[in-house]
Amino acid sequence: MPKNILVFGANSAIAHAVSRRFANQGARFVLVARDAAKLEANAADLVVRGAAMVATRIADLNALAGHLLLVSEGITELGHVDIVLIAHGILPDQQRCEEDMLELRNAIDTNLLSVVSLAMITARELERQGQGTLVVLGSVAGDRGRRSNYVYGAAKAGVDVFLQGLRARLDSRGVHVLTVKPGFVATPMTAQFTKGPLWATPDRVAGAICRAIEQSRRVIYVPWFWRPIMFVVRALPDFVITRLGM
Amino acid sequence: MLPVGQGRSYGDCCLNPGGLVVATDHLDRYIEFDVAKGTLSCEAGTRLGNIIDITLPHGWFLPVVPGTQFVSLGGAIANDVHGKNHHRAGTFGSQIIELELLRSNGQRLLCSERENPEWFRATVAGLGLTGLITWAKIKLRPVQSAYVETEDIAFATVEEFIALSQESDHDFEYTVAWFDSFSYRAGTLRGILSRARHVEKSDGSLVARRPRSWISVPFDMPQRLLGPNVIRLFNQCYAYGKNRRVSRRIRMEALLFPLDMIRNWNRIYGRSGFMQLQCVIPDTAGTNGVSDLLQVIARGRQGSFLAVLKRFGAKASPGVLSFPMPGTTVALDFQNLGSPTDRLLQECHKVVVGYGGRIYPAKDASMTSATFQAGFPAWRSLIPYIDPRFSSGLWRRVSSPAP
Repeated sequence: MPKNILVFGANSAIAHAVSRRFANQGARFVLVARDAAKLEANAADLVVRGAAMVATRIADLNALAGHLLLVSEGITELGHVDIVLIAHGILPDQQRCEEDMLELRNAIDTNLLSVVSLAMITARELERQGQGTLVVLGSVAGDRGRRSNYVYGAAKAGVDVFLQGLRARLDSRGVHVLTVKPGFVATPMTAQFTKGPLWATPDRVAGAICRAIEQSRRVIYVPWFWRPIMFVVRALPDFVITRLGM
Repeated sequence: MLPVGQGRSYGDCCLNPGGLVVATDHLDRYIEFDVAKGTLSCEAGTRLGNIIDITLPHGWFLPVVPGTQFVSLGGAIANDVHGKNHHRAGTFGSQIIELELLRSNGQRLLCSERENPEWFRATVAGLGLTGLITWAKIKLRPVQSAYVETEDIAFATVEEFIALSQESDHDFEYTVAWFDSFSYRAGTLRGILSRARHVEKSDGSLVARRPRSWISVPFDMPQRLLGPNVIRLFNQCYAYGKNRRVSRRIRMEALLFPLDMIRNWNRIYGRSGFMQLQCVIPDTAGTNGVSDLLQVIARGRQGSFLAVLKRFGAKASPGVLSFPMPGTTVALDFQNLGSPTDRLLQECHKVVVGYGGRIYPAKDASMTSATFQAGFPAWRSLIPYIDPRFSSGLWRRVSSPAP
């Protein structure tokens, strides 16, 4: 059955790759993103791929006051929502966050505050429907604080814990909450990094997300090998991590 | 800098040593598909295979495809690629309705035969040097089925090949010949012409799942694997197999993209890879040109199992530096043995140029500037359209003053 899907951060490479997979099956979309030109291009792409409907909303998700309206309009437009995907985020410059408190605040606002606000509001709607899947992009960076990106990591860790609680709350209400923890993914967000064998394509991540939605998984690492890696990294004592300079 | 698509060219036209490349793999969104008219617009990094995925279920197919579907739309335009139906459809560039060119100064030019036609003709076959192609709109052709009917016919001389080819041109959309590069002796050789046409009856195959490659060469093979004896043996088996099944009906992918079925096939040539010779010898040279070239190749004893003959048609491309011209094209892979291979290639180039032919830049890593400039006498007309910040390894090599 074609799905009705509400996407926040629809211009993110992973969100678009997921949307493409559902578009092939004739899904209906409401896409929310900040960059209007890019969103139009992404929407046209989904239409050609077979999406039955694509509506777009331009919004800066750091404006929390607008969330309630965005969600209610999106759900009205779709009628019934099967999947909510929250995928927006930024990769802040760690160094600048250490020097500039506005930068630090912006990183936390975008990656944590706006995410949990949207998750809270959409969860209420899904609970009312008694059905649906909430998919939120976390990160392996949220599993352990590291010198090189602990601001980003802290925000993603906050999202992780928030979703654990939300999942417990919605478990008996027919609502499925999926936390996605990608490792290194070759997207515009990571364009400046040198890529190695651990890197995955957005399409590969999207494939794993679609399977996880179907199988009602709770937490997935993509690609799968990040689960054992992060298990070890989490288990290492703090002084080892510090000593290793990780 | 230099825009780079999927990096499937065989030479340095998609390399820019010492400079930057602009990767286009994320530039892969569709823009509009007109199912009634059969036109598709999409961004230039889209692979041709992905275009076919979208259009085939609606009964539309690309009117020209090269030997692999893993190339980008932008790369197919910049190299003005051709297919097994060149004698009918012309080159890939002839199928382009319009395209957008982004120059390094931020200027965007809409180019077609009507609008900015001089930019259009420079960009088709422009080797990526005129700017970044951001998107293009392409004509599609209707098909009823994903299958083709093929026939294989053996030939024993170059003249026979040409006669067979000409006889097939009228009734068959696709013609291409394989030959045994070791078999050439004084005008005779072992070869098989394959000719094919789309099945004209709808059979529900358009919506079927497209075949995917499942074989992969996992790592570089040892270099000695492909000695002349192994290739001779392969050629005999191949010829035997082909002659046994003369006429059949196969999925068009098997005809059009045979190498795509084996992922990383290039690894069979070992670490140092291979060099390809693809040239065209014009009809004005008669059959002597082709015979002389085959003679040189046979004497070089470095042939391979990929050896192709194909007749180009007369349909002109809009591209100023387009490769095809009416005549016979010869394509051969040579395992890269270093200087012996290079010597052989230079010797072949000399024969080709002597008969008024040219070498295909998309497949080349070794022609001299003299060879290029003799083959493409109009090459200087590209220069005014080259973006001041764009260049490529190939271009620096072939545009240097000829000695």
